[in-house]
Amino acid sequence: MALDIDPELHTIPPDRGEMADQPKWRRDFPIDSAQDAFVARRDFTKFLGLTSLAFVVGQFWIALQNVWRKRRGSLPLIAIAHLNDIPSNSFRPFYYPTPEDPAILVRFGTDEFLAFCTECTHLQCPVLPDVDKGQFHCPCHAGVFDMRSGRPLAGPPRRPLARISLKTQNSFIYATGIERGES
Amino acid sequence: MSVRRPLSRHERTIIVSGILCIVLTLIVMQLWLLTATMNAWLAGDETIIWPAAAASSTCFLLIAGLLAYLFRLD
Repeated sequence: MALDIDPELHTIPPDRGEMADQPKWRRDFPIDSAQDAFVARRDFTKFLGLTSLAFVVGQFWIALQNVWRKRRGSLPLIAIAHLNDIPSNSFRPFYYPTPEDPAILVRFGTDEFLAFCTECTHLQCPVLPDVDKGQFHCPCHAGVFDMRSGRPLAGPPRRPLARISLKTQNSFIYATGIERGES
Repeated sequence: MSVRRPLSRHERTIIVSGILCIVLTLIVMQLWLLTATMNAWLAGDETIIWPAAAASSTCFLLIAGLLAYLFRLD
C-alpha cells in the first residue's frame, strides 16, 4: 500500500512504499538527504553562534589583560650589574622584572649598554647572543634579531624583542622598565 | 486578506544556507580581528584593543540576530 502523507513533514521512501518493506539500512536510518542537509546546516549555523561568542570573549580577555597590566603600575627598579662586571663587547644574563623573566645585558664598546628580554617573539624560545655579529639568534626556528634595535632580521619572528630601559647611577646599571616596540 | 503560505523545506534549506554563508563570513572577520589584535597588543600597540572588541561584538550581535531568525524558522 502506498503512503499518502506530506513529504514536507515526514520522511518517505523513494518508492513511497511501506517502511516495513524497505531494506534494513533504510529502516535503520530513515532520514532522506534533503532533511539531513537542512538539519545539518541549521545545527552547524547554531554552533557557529557559540564560536562567535568565543571570539568576543577572546577580544575582551585581551582588553582586560591590558587594563590589568596598566593597573600593575610601573616596573621595579633593579640593579643588574656593576659597570666593571661586564667587559667591552660582552654580555651578562639577568632576570627582569621577575625571576621567571630572562633578559640579557650587552655592552658595546666602553659606555654603550643595551638590554633585551630574551624570549623570542615567535614562540618564546630563549634567544642567544652573538656579539661579534651584533645579532641575537633563536635556535628553535632560526630567527635572527638585530642586537642594537631588537628588530627581527630573518626567520619567522615579526615583532622586535622587548627592550629593557636602563639607568646608570653610582657605577651600577639599573633596569627601570620594559619598552615594547612596534611590529 | 492575504494568508502567508508556510515555507517549504526546500525554501527553508535555501534560507539556512544563505544565513550560513553570512555567518561564516562574519566568523572569519572575527578570527582575523582576534589575531590582528593579539599581534598588535603583544607588539605594544594598545590603541586597537577597544575598537576591535567593539567590532567583534557588532559581528556577534549580527550573528545573534540571524540565529534568532533561524530559531523562529523552526
